[in-house]
Amino acid sequence: MPNATIIALIPLLPLAGFILLGLFGRKIFKTSSGVIGTALLLTSTILALYTAYDYFFVYGKVAGVYQQFIPMKLTWLEFSPGVSIDMGLTVDSISVMMLVVVTFISLMVHIYSLGYMKGEERFPTYYAYLGLFTFSMLGLVLASNIFQIYIFWELVGVSSFLLIGYYYNKPSAVAACKKAFIVTRFADLGFLIGILILSNSAGTLDFNTMISTLTSPDSDAVKNAAATSFLGASALTWGAALVFIGGAGKSAMFPLHIWLPDAMEGPTPVSALIHAATMVVAGVYLVARLFPVFALTTPAVLEIVGWVGAVSAIIAAIIACTQTDIKRVLAYSTMSQIGYMMFALGVSHYGGEAGLGYTASLFHLFTHAMFKALLFLGAGAVIHYIHSNDMKDMGGLRKYLPITHITFLIACLAIAGVPPFAGFFSKEEILLAAYQNNMTIYWIALITSGLTAFYMFRLYFSIFWNKPHVVHGEKHGPAASVKTSEGKEGGFVMMLPLVLLAIGAAAAGFIPFGEFVSTDGKALESHFHLQFSIAPVALGLAGIFTAMWLYKKQNNKPEKLAASFNGLYKAAYHKFYIDEIYLFITKKVLFNLIGRPAAWFDRNVVDGLVNFSGNATEFVSEKIKKMQSGKVQQYAIYFLGGVIVLAAVFIYIWK
Amino acid sequence: MITGSTIIFYLLAALTLTCALLSVSTRQIFRAAIYLLFSLIGIAGIYFWLQYEFIAAVQIVVYVGGIVVLIIFSIFLTQQAGEKLAKQKLDRKIFSALAVFCGFALTMLQVYQHNFNNAATTSAPTVADIGRKMLNVDQEGYALPFEVISMLLLAAMVGCIVIALRSKPETK
Amino acid sequence: MMNPGLYHILFLSAALFFIGVYGFLTRRNLITMLMSIELILNSVNLNFIAFNKYVWPEKMDGLFFTLFIIAIAAAEAAVAIAIIINLYRSHQSIDVENAEDLKY
Repeated sequence: MPNATIIALIPLLPLAGFILLGLFGRKIFKTSSGVIGTALLLTSTILALYTAYDYFFVYGKVAGVYQQFIPMKLTWLEFSPGVSIDMGLTVDSISVMMLVVVTFISLMVHIYSLGYMKGEERFPTYYAYLGLFTFSMLGLVLASNIFQIYIFWELVGVSSFLLIGYYYNKPSAVAACKKAFIVTRFADLGFLIGILILSNSAGTLDFNTMISTLTSPDSDAVKNAAATSFLGASALTWGAALVFIGGAGKSAMFPLHIWLPDAMEGPTPVSALIHAATMVVAGVYLVARLFPVFALTTPAVLEIVGWVGAVSAIIAAIIACTQTDIKRVLAYSTMSQIGYMMFALGVSHYGGEAGLGYTASLFHLFTHAMFKALLFLGAGAVIHYIHSNDMKDMGGLRKYLPITHITFLIACLAIAGVPPFAGFFSKEEILLAAYQNNMTIYWIALITSGLTAFYMFRLYFSIFWNKPHVVHGEKHGPAASVKTSEGKEGGFVMMLPLVLLAIGAAAAGFIPFGEFVSTDGKALESHFHLQFSIAPVALGLAGIFTAMWLYKKQNNKPEKLAASFNGLYKAAYHKFYIDEIYLFITKKVLFNLIGRPAAWFDRNVVDGLVNFSGNATEFVSEKIKKMQSGKVQQYAIYFLGGVIVLAAVFIYIWK
Repeated sequence: MITGSTIIFYLLAALTLTCALLSVSTRQIFRAAIYLLFSLIGIAGIYFWLQYEFIAAVQIVVYVGGIVVLIIFSIFLTQQAGEKLAKQKLDRKIFSALAVFCGFALTMLQVYQHNFNNAATTSAPTVADIGRKMLNVDQEGYALPFEVISMLLLAAMVGCIVIALRSKPETK
Repeated sequence: MMNPGLYHILFLSAALFFIGVYGFLTRRNLITMLMSIELILNSVNLNFIAFNKYVWPEKMDGLFFTLFIIAIAAAEAAVAIAIIINLYRSHQSIDVENAEDLKY
């Protein structure tokens, strides 16, 4: 059986770090805060790895099926019997897998930040925020109650907000953190309504009870909910769709993705942790957690999930090909890869072989966390070295940054799906799942995988080959100490995570993931089809060679190519004008049609009422203030007159 | 039938009311205090006439011997000699007289319309009765109000000292 | 009707009461206002005694009320005079028309 104390400690240690560093960091642990945060997280990681070992190899499997355990559940707020907000710990294959991913990536980021963020003025605050984020994410992963997941969902939103806005004196960072918060908050509103609909139908907030109620087709709850319809869809469909909107907002799915590229204003390690490996996959995790409901009760919503994922994947891949800010390229790449995970869930079914998409999605989540964190940290090393985010300033860095170069190359190969790196295996499974279920999505995915290889190697060649680089004077952070790192890579603490993650990115694919994670807990054999792999690998290699041809040496071929695709290139460069559409909707439509009348109403009617009451009071009091003369005898006369009148009234009129 | 008792009552009543009226209308404050004194003595006389000798004695001791003397002392403390009292505005006087007249008329109308059950016997309590009842701790007794009054007097004394003897560097 | 009884004493006390009220309303000097208040209190005492004698002669409650009112009146007079003297110290006057610091 799982040990509740050990599992509870995994999220609580980062929380302790947050409280300790948040309260005392700036005074007492000015310099040691990074080490403290890292040490706490190292403990967490070890505990998480131990838990994973224990679960997968010791007690988790009963009669060939991985079971779900709830080692601890505290009822926190009970609305009525059965409907309560609990704080619980769920131990099953996906939560344990996520525990490992979150703690490991977070640990890597903690270690890396020791070097990357060194000398920052708010160094302890940074580690405190990281602790808060890690705590929230782990709490989200372990949640046993849909409301618990919502609470931690908002907490990760807040810590993401804090970390994006870490350079709070930089206007673009402030704008980005507000944008991220508002967009995800907007999506979370959908999530909350979805929670209310689902829990109302199921009569509970608990995940297990909810899933078992909603997936049995003859239960009263499902029949009632199916009978209630709104705009042609049943209540359950609406509930599931709204929950998915929440997930799509957090996971930056089209069209709610606009916050993710801007979120790159945060420190690069933060982007690696939050906006690549962990928080943005929370949406995937949420859909996976409620997967039985999606798959068995509301297949229509699952279809939507699939299409949203596929559209996001291809749009993001096209945009990524044109961006020049390396972190933005990576951000769009993240969005594209999460799109992969989403449509993999979307094409999956529940149980047995048909659940391949589910396994593939989570497998991709796992491998993606490795290589995307590696890419971000590698990009961070480059930015650290060159003091610029712009691809145009880079080039020829392979001699100066050998370790970064190798690890970055491994990550690029992994994401491009070149065997035998990790991305190959997970992507093959996703493509296979798509191939078996939905040919249109399969073709989209195939094209996307070619584009992925192209833009990743465009990035790689632009950074490490091509023309010589330009070194900018200012550092990546405005408050950074001026310590020139010209001529040497970041120190040991920055290289260690890169190497560890590179090992992960290279080897994670060999984990027989289907044995551990599947829809129904039974082991899933992953078949390897050689013929099937030919197409994606060939496309990937084609993408790589195109990128090599265009970007390995400095030349004018890219410009020519861009010119020949003029319209498409421009549209993609401007991110398909989605930001502009949002601006148009908010500025022109919302502000003019709703904001202005509301402002007019506020200024004239609401303020008018307030001013009227104020003015009326002032006018009347000005008139009657002479009564308050301060002359005692005058008061006494009023008093006596009042008493006489009242007495007369009571005696003669109201007998 | 006009008896001596009746005449005495009317004399006392006339003394009381006249002195009271003069007390509130004279413009010399010292005279006002003296008229008040005689008015109070008149009331004490009424008590005697009602055969409530103890109350009459208390009235003379406390009011005549205590409060009026206190008032006269405070006149000495606050008033310049030979100064007449300030005149009140005429409209204030008229309004006050009107209000007072209305109130008096209302009260007297009510009093004369009401029929009080006059008791058959009239007996006056002796001092011994009063003393016994005053210190009685039964339900009918007045021991508790007596103690409360003593606390009140103590508080008043402390209050007087605090108010009157406040050192006043802040007013200088 | 000429024989003095309850109604005569009630008339006397009511007259005394309203004389006191008139004095309270028209006098500008605080000490004379205090005198008016003493008149009012005395009229009340007179009422209590009259009711005690003519309506409930077997009881003594009116008498005790009178006694306590006299005691309280003494305390009140003492406190009032302390306040008057304090006011005189701060305003050099005990005219109520001058003591109007608390107006609007």
